[in-house]
This record gives sequence, C-alpha cells and structure tokens, in this order.
Amino acid sequence: MKTFYGTALPNPLMLGTAQYPSPAILEQAFRQSGAGVATVSLRREGAGGAGAAFWQMIQDLGVLILPNTAGCHTVKEAVTTAHMAREVFDTKWIKLELIGHTDSLQPDVFQLVEAAKILTEDGFEVFPYTTEDLIVAERLLAAGCEVLMPWGAPIGSGRGLNNPYALRAMRAEFPEVPLVVDAGVGLPSHAAHAMELGFDAVLLNTAVARAGDPVAMAQAMMGAVRAGKLAHDADPIEARDMAEASTPVIGKAFLT
Amino acid sequence: MKIVLNGDPLEVAALTLSDLLQEREVSGRVATAVNEEFVPASLRGSCHLKDGDRVEVVAPMQGG
Repeated sequence: MKTFYGTALPNPLMLGTAQYPSPAILEQAFRQSGAGVATVSLRREGAGGAGAAFWQMIQDLGVLILPNTAGCHTVKEAVTTAHMAREVFDTKWIKLELIGHTDSLQPDVFQLVEAAKILTEDGFEVFPYTTEDLIVAERLLAAGCEVLMPWGAPIGSGRGLNNPYALRAMRAEFPEVPLVVDAGVGLPSHAAHAMELGFDAVLLNTAVARAGDPVAMAQAMMGAVRAGKLAHDADPIEARDMAEASTPVIGKAFLT
Repeated sequence: MKIVLNGDPLEVAALTLSDLLQEREVSGRVATAVNEEFVPASLRGSCHLKDGDRVEVVAPMQGG
C-alpha cells in the first residue's frame, strides 16, 4: 500500500470541512463516514475566537490534518500561508493550491511548481492541487513532491471526472506515486470511478457538505471509494462491444 | 501608531507584535504575518511594529 510521505491512510477518503450546515453535522459526517483526513484552512481571526472551537472539534475527531492554501494567487502568498499553517496546525503537510483562473479555479501550474520547490526545500510535504498535465506532474515530482492531486473537474462543480483518459494516463505514467483525485466529485459514482482507475484516494468537500443530508452522503462516499478500490484490486474485465452469454449453453433443455 | 490589522486601519499602543496580540486580546492558536512576511510565534516579541505596518492574524478555519 502506498503511503503519503510515510503515512498510511486509514481509508481512501479525504474530506473537506467547509460549507456544512452546522459544526455538529460536520462532526457527524466525519464520525459516521470514518474519513481519515480532514482538509482545513486559515482565515483572519475575527472577534469571538471561532477558530479555537473549530480546532478543538477537529482535534477531537482524531483525523490527519491537511491544511490548504486555498484562495492564494501568488507564490509569495501561498508560501507565507503554508508557513502560517505549519505553525498553527503543527504539520508539515500542505495542500498547495495556487489559483490561476477566477471562473474555473484552475491551478496556475507555473506558480504551483515554483511554490512546491520552495516549500519542499523548506521541509514541507507538499500535496499539489494540479491539472492532469503529465509534464507539470513530472516537474512537481522533480520539485520534490511525493504526491500528486489532479483535479477531476473544477472545484465545487460536481461534474465528476472530466477527463478520465488523462487520469488513466497519469496513473500509468506514475505507478509508484500516490495519486489523489481532488475536486469536482459530485456523486459516489464519481468517487468510485477515480478509485477504479487506480487512484489512491479521493478528496472532496462540496458534494458532501452541500448535500441535503451530508452525513448520509459522507457515508455513501466512503462506501464508493472502498468499492472502487476493491474493484480496481480485483482486476476488472475489459468492456466489449458484443454480448457474451454468461449462462452456459451446454446442457440447456431443448424445448422448441 | 497606526497599523492595518486584518485589513482594518487601527490606532494601537503596542510596540511589538506580541504586545499587539495582547492589546487586541487575541489568544489561542493563531499565526501572524507582518507586511506579507510570516512571523513565527517565537519572534513576535522581537518584532517591532512601525507606522503603516500591515499585520495579519489568522486562525484555524474550515477548508476544502
């Protein structure tokens, strides 16, 4: 089993913590699904210290913490945010997001590679949110990343895997690298699809948090990633164009 | 002295970053930056503020 910078995940579901109807529902979504990794962020501390209550709850969940640099548009901003996250969350892990396009939130892969290099040299363990581009993937690995997180579709779009061909190519190109589909998953079938392609985990947030019943959807997503992984490991059959009878013809009663 | 704290202009008496956090009654787990440079917790006491400094104080928050 692949590890993420030496850490084995308890299961292949990484779950975001944003946009839930309430902290109680967020907590139940984690507890009932058993998701083992929580993504978190840093925001300006307002009056009342809301951050402290949130942090206490996340700690009580006993999950692995993956802080992000969400909303960063420059290398400088992302690097500073990563440093602040390392201190606050006490982890070397950083989900490196460098947004390049306002509407699609597509990663700016040029700045991503630059920031990944700086952070890796500074001892961070970088989880880069990237596209499915193989050359960018190579550059990220050369920069020191040991995990790649290509998008399935734009963040929050719920479209599933926009380019399964490219994701399959990435899996084939980097068989030893832990790969995570990050963003765009809307349904359990999308999550299962990613796992069936041989991905090592799926990271999602909106699909669960904005579902009518986030707790049930979190459980459904966990079932899906587990099913997808089992299916991948079970070596599925190839699709074919024509039918092939599964019930033996020999011995059939002659009744015409 | 006038600084900008989390985007808001502010008149403060504090001379260092750690004084500022005390003055604003910020406690708990926060990280700080001054003029876009990260300032580790261990250096807040020796981080002297100047007029016009832009200070960011961030805390754990939900994220995807």
